[in-house]
Amino acid sequence: VSTETVTGGTQLAQRRPRPARTVRAGRLLDGLIRSVVPVALALGAGAILLLALGRHPLAFYGDIWTNGVENGAWQDSATRMAPFLLIAAGLTVIFRANIWNLGYNGQFLLGAALVSGYGPGLVNDVPLWAAMVVLFLLAGAVGALWTLIPAVLKARYGTNEIITTLMMSFIGIDLASILIKGPFHDSTTPLPQTAVLTKMLPSIPGTRIHVGLLVAFAAVLVVHYVLTRTSWGLRLQIMGANPRAARHFGIDLPRLIVVAFLVSGFMVGLAAAADILGLQGYIRTGWNPAYGDTIIPFVFLARLNALAVVPFIAFFSVVSTGGDIAAADASLSTNFLLVLVGLILLFMTVIEYLGRRRELGASYLTPGLRQALRAPLVRRRSS
Amino acid sequence: VILASQVWTQVFWTSVLAGGLLAGVPLMFTALGEAISERAGVLNIGLEGMMLVGAYAGFLGAYYGHSMWFGYLAGMGAGMLASCFMVVLCVWLGLDQIVVGIAITLAGEGITSVLYQSQFSETQPRLGGIHTAPIPMLDRIPVLGKTINGEFPLFSQPLLVYLGLAFAVLLAWVFRSTNIGLNLRAAGERPEALDAAGISVVATRSYAALATGALAGLGGAYLAIAGTGGFQDFLTQGQGYMAIVIAMLARGRPIAVVVFSLMFGIALSLSGLLQIAGINLSPEVVHMLPFAAIIVALMLFARRAYLPPALALPYVRGAR
Repeated sequence: VSTETVTGGTQLAQRRPRPARTVRAGRLLDGLIRSVVPVALALGAGAILLLALGRHPLAFYGDIWTNGVENGAWQDSATRMAPFLLIAAGLTVIFRANIWNLGYNGQFLLGAALVSGYGPGLVNDVPLWAAMVVLFLLAGAVGALWTLIPAVLKARYGTNEIITTLMMSFIGIDLASILIKGPFHDSTTPLPQTAVLTKMLPSIPGTRIHVGLLVAFAAVLVVHYVLTRTSWGLRLQIMGANPRAARHFGIDLPRLIVVAFLVSGFMVGLAAAADILGLQGYIRTGWNPAYGDTIIPFVFLARLNALAVVPFIAFFSVVSTGGDIAAADASLSTNFLLVLVGLILLFMTVIEYLGRRRELGASYLTPGLRQALRAPLVRRRSS
Repeated sequence: VILASQVWTQVFWTSVLAGGLLAGVPLMFTALGEAISERAGVLNIGLEGMMLVGAYAGFLGAYYGHSMWFGYLAGMGAGMLASCFMVVLCVWLGLDQIVVGIAITLAGEGITSVLYQSQFSETQPRLGGIHTAPIPMLDRIPVLGKTINGEFPLFSQPLLVYLGLAFAVLLAWVFRSTNIGLNLRAAGERPEALDAAGISVVATRSYAALATGALAGLGGAYLAIAGTGGFQDFLTQGQGYMAIVIAMLARGRPIAVVVFSLMFGIALSLSGLLQIAGINLSPEVVHMLPFAAIIVALMLFARRAYLPPALALPYVRGAR
């Protein structure tokens, strides 16, 4: 046992018990700090980067605010939230089980291809509400189906799901492209794209935000309820924390893995339906927004809590809506936003680490790091 | 003009091999890097970002240095720089390797695009031709000397390709028969045993992660300099992820990495060749084939992809 664990232990023992309310408030504050500080640090580092590129950081961030929130732009941001929230809900479910579904791009695009392929015909043949329900379910089903092989391989043989979901994602992207060029191709245009939807999702009265956002909020609430208030959610969490304990507990792990995958894929499929039916209206080959890549950080920042992810997604929607325009104004590549998201992730892991060390009352540096820092200075004693 | 029948009999298959080599070499370098770090217990999901950073730096080096060797060196340096994040955050501090890897990929995609657009968006310069080193005698074989699509002839490749193949053989020997290889493998299989033997797990993994960054950067640089002759946003198109899969399927064995990389390279280059040969198979179908093949293989031989037990787990001395 190292000395620091002992001193840490005595510190813990000496601490007086605090009333439950303060503890709870403290924990909330702690969570808030751990979530907001990485974002602030990333914006700061991004500002330095902007300065280095010869842009004015405050003007850039101000431009994001202007074009993402002011003058009704918040409605565009809110519209973008719908697919983001659904993907976040899907990723939250699977990450809680400590399983990596990294095939969201393939699941999303396949769902999108089917919706934009069957949508234009269906909205004219049956009542709009029925068409929308069918299309949402269809996209969800395809998304879920596309996780089935990785899920079964993981459940039966323990095959690494990172490989299999990525493989299925590449296949799904190609397959979507084949569908758009083949059976779903709009014969009136030589361009490789589907027919444009004549009827889209209706707007929420008084706004230009489509009702897909309400679907997304409902999905987030359901996921949160299931994860925190049902035995299925508890079993999922136990499996994520310790699969061996879960097996001793009598949990049917293979089945739980498969169901978690299916739910995750279903949510990603719903996101595709919301995006196509509410905003895009059609799909071209080569269109791959890769929403999931930028959503992952916020799912982690929300500490895998489906409700806590909402403010982060709202923040990111503003940044992405305003950022597209701000980047164009500053004649920067819009991929600058990817840098910001990457920085948020990096700072998040660091802050998380510092918080964990502080809780344990230990030094911020691991023994390995201290040794590595000291190694160049201290010569090793020959024994 | 080459007639279709001629294409099938003669030049086509040489072109397939040569194209596979051209597209496979970046994958090979990157996957060899991933094999090193996976064996040492570091899962590097950030390969895509490291490749892109290496590709951009390689492009800059070759463009301003007027030599592909400057480019390769710059690519390796940039890849190592990117992997420093991995070393400090994951190996030293024990943070989540997958989260940091995703962060490196995102930041790498973003920063290369931003820098390229701000410097070269108007000009979009191309790099000059690449010097190749013909193998004496073999390069005179008439049939094998021609290619359709501007690939390097089979026996007249850039020097780096020969060096890379030699490196793979060297690496196989290092893994099998040297102490360094033993230490690397122990860091992934049973780090506490390596620690008990008096060798630092942290240092071993750090060197492995740095080597991965250098090789991924080199792979990216080769892709930009020899493969496409220039840079563009998202140049690698998921090849970093492919490299991870190759390393996992090859179970970290360097020679198997080379073979798998060439197979993937052939699949990547085949679609263009088939179109030139007048076969109207959709490029997506061809592009999809290797992935579909892997999924089928995984379903049939489900335990093929072996991973070291300590992969992606930070090493904490004394923890159980």
